[in-house]
Amino acid sequence: MKLKVERRLVESRRRTISITILSALSLIAIVFLACGVNPILAYERILYGAFGSIYSISETVTKSITLMLCSVGLALAFQTAIWNIGAEGQLLIGAIFGSGIALSFPQWPAYLLLPTMFLAGFIGGALWGLVPAVLKAKFQTNEVITTLMMNYIATKILEYLLYGPWRGKEAWGFPYTEIFSSSAQLPTLGTTRIHYPTLMIAFVTVVALYILLTRTKLGFEIRVVGKNPEAAKYVGINYAKIILLVMMISGGLAGIAGIGEVAGIHHRLRIGISPGYGFTSIIVAWLSGLHLLSTIVVSILCSGLLVGGEMIQIALGLPIGVVEMFNGVFLFSLLIGEFFLRNKISLDISSKKIESRGQVK
Amino acid sequence: MSQEIIAILMSVIQAAIRAGSPLLVGTLGEIYTERSGVLNLGVEGMMIMGAVSAFAVAQIAGNVWPGVLAAAIVGAAMAFIHGFMSITLKVNQYISGLALTMFGSGLSSLIGQQYIGIRGYSLKPILFNFDPLVYFFILLVPILWFVLFKTKTGIDIRSVGENPEAADSSGVNVYLVRYLCTIFGGMLIGLSGAYLSVSYIPSWTQNMTLGRGWIILALTIFASWDPRGALLGAWIFGGVEALQYRLQPLGISPSLLGTLPFVFTILILVISTRGTFRRRMGAPSALGKSYRRGEK
Repeated sequence: MKLKVERRLVESRRRTISITILSALSLIAIVFLACGVNPILAYERILYGAFGSIYSISETVTKSITLMLCSVGLALAFQTAIWNIGAEGQLLIGAIFGSGIALSFPQWPAYLLLPTMFLAGFIGGALWGLVPAVLKAKFQTNEVITTLMMNYIATKILEYLLYGPWRGKEAWGFPYTEIFSSSAQLPTLGTTRIHYPTLMIAFVTVVALYILLTRTKLGFEIRVVGKNPEAAKYVGINYAKIILLVMMISGGLAGIAGIGEVAGIHHRLRIGISPGYGFTSIIVAWLSGLHLLSTIVVSILCSGLLVGGEMIQIALGLPIGVVEMFNGVFLFSLLIGEFFLRNKISLDISSKKIESRGQVK
Repeated sequence: MSQEIIAILMSVIQAAIRAGSPLLVGTLGEIYTERSGVLNLGVEGMMIMGAVSAFAVAQIAGNVWPGVLAAAIVGAAMAFIHGFMSITLKVNQYISGLALTMFGSGLSSLIGQQYIGIRGYSLKPILFNFDPLVYFFILLVPILWFVLFKTKTGIDIRSVGENPEAADSSGVNVYLVRYLCTIFGGMLIGLSGAYLSVSYIPSWTQNMTLGRGWIILALTIFASWDPRGALLGAWIFGGVEALQYRLQPLGISPSLLGTLPFVFTILILVISTRGTFRRRMGAPSALGKSYRRGEK
């Protein structure tokens, strides 16, 4: 008897997603059991915490705005074969740039101030994305490491500003800026925290990028670069231009997400405006199969997981690291799902040889 | 006066060697992993798991050494997960490494929760204020260099990383070599975490690796996948870290000084990957590519 692994000729996305979710649920169940928590109860609480009431649904939608903006940019970058792991830092720099405008011109009317803040946020994120892009295009520097380093640098710059020049007088020694003037605060839907202008920007961006990628010459060039950079250079596509452009968009969108967070939710710049949205977005992008339109749905699902996860963390007294651990488990499950997307495993009873794990063909 | 300068210089060099030690052993581990063609981006996660397991086991055992051993085992186990994903399942190695990092930093804060704020066991210095691990890590450099470049084992490892098809047809077991190198690398990276929590700062804090795992990935490239280069790179970076603390009294913001290692990493990465330079050093050609027998 031996295990036979064959390549599938037809790939089914639906099967991948169900295998991913199934293996994620069972792997996470093990973690719950290890923590002494009944996994079924925990899942029920997560579901209820994410979608069980008007309040929880509104929170899920609020968090999904940030994930959507970051993950659609990441999906675009990953499709271009650029490993942008720096959405977290790009988000922070966007928030810093936008907050700079909000703090400098508090007397401006909202119709002038808010768009300027968003623009500044985009520029900040785009610049932060451009540095690794230039290095990659010019020196072939590995962008995984540079984008990650840029995350750390962004965090330190935020710390510097909040403990130094930007610390607010009314912050009681906390690392917060002063509260923004009312014209720098985004309107929200009713009593919820859904800052709908950012949500609208997110929707429009996703659709616009989808059209750009699938219907234009530029989009075609981007896809060629992603599939085969060598071929792209051969047919005369400007490789450097594509890399810079994609990283600018990807970083800029994360920057917009950052300004949405501060102008829509916190109304001031502070430490901890992002509990790792930039990293969760990597999962969202990958779970969407790098399909831009799917990022909308997957963002809402993953946002639900975040909100529900926070709920059970408090309710069941689980430590903070648990959600991050789930992220890792989720990614592993996704890879297992992809494996089954491409391969078929069957038991071959006729042969008596048992092959070791390392030699699966 | 001159004696004072010498004293300051000595203390900086000493601090640099201590700060560089975890980077050194981690880079050695990643060099072996990558030489066999496997790219493991999970260094940060394996390192932090090494740190927490060393600290926790030392607390339980009442002695440092079982903790150090535990860190090596945990590092190896995590590397095995990555090996299974990238060698057997042949899935995307970037994502698998990132998953390992997320998983590791989450799990470590879960395990470490009860150890926050406790002063832990630490290694005793034996000579010139350095503990045995520092000497062990330095001793590894010539040994690992010799194995990699002067022995049959080293030729096998490098050929698997350069051209797995050719290595396979000459009778080398590609999968086995890759598994062993990845696991060995994980052991060393686990040890680098242990050094942090039982020697460098004998305590446990969440995210205490502070991006060192990513710096190790950059140092691997800087070292051009040669153990001797790892020694140079690690000490330079140790120097930057030591300098950071020496400059603080001058009134420069500690946050801004804190960006130094990361800015420096980018700089060094740019220098070591500039076109012509890179061609001269040569990264393993099959790095990050899964090998499938009988298929190109």
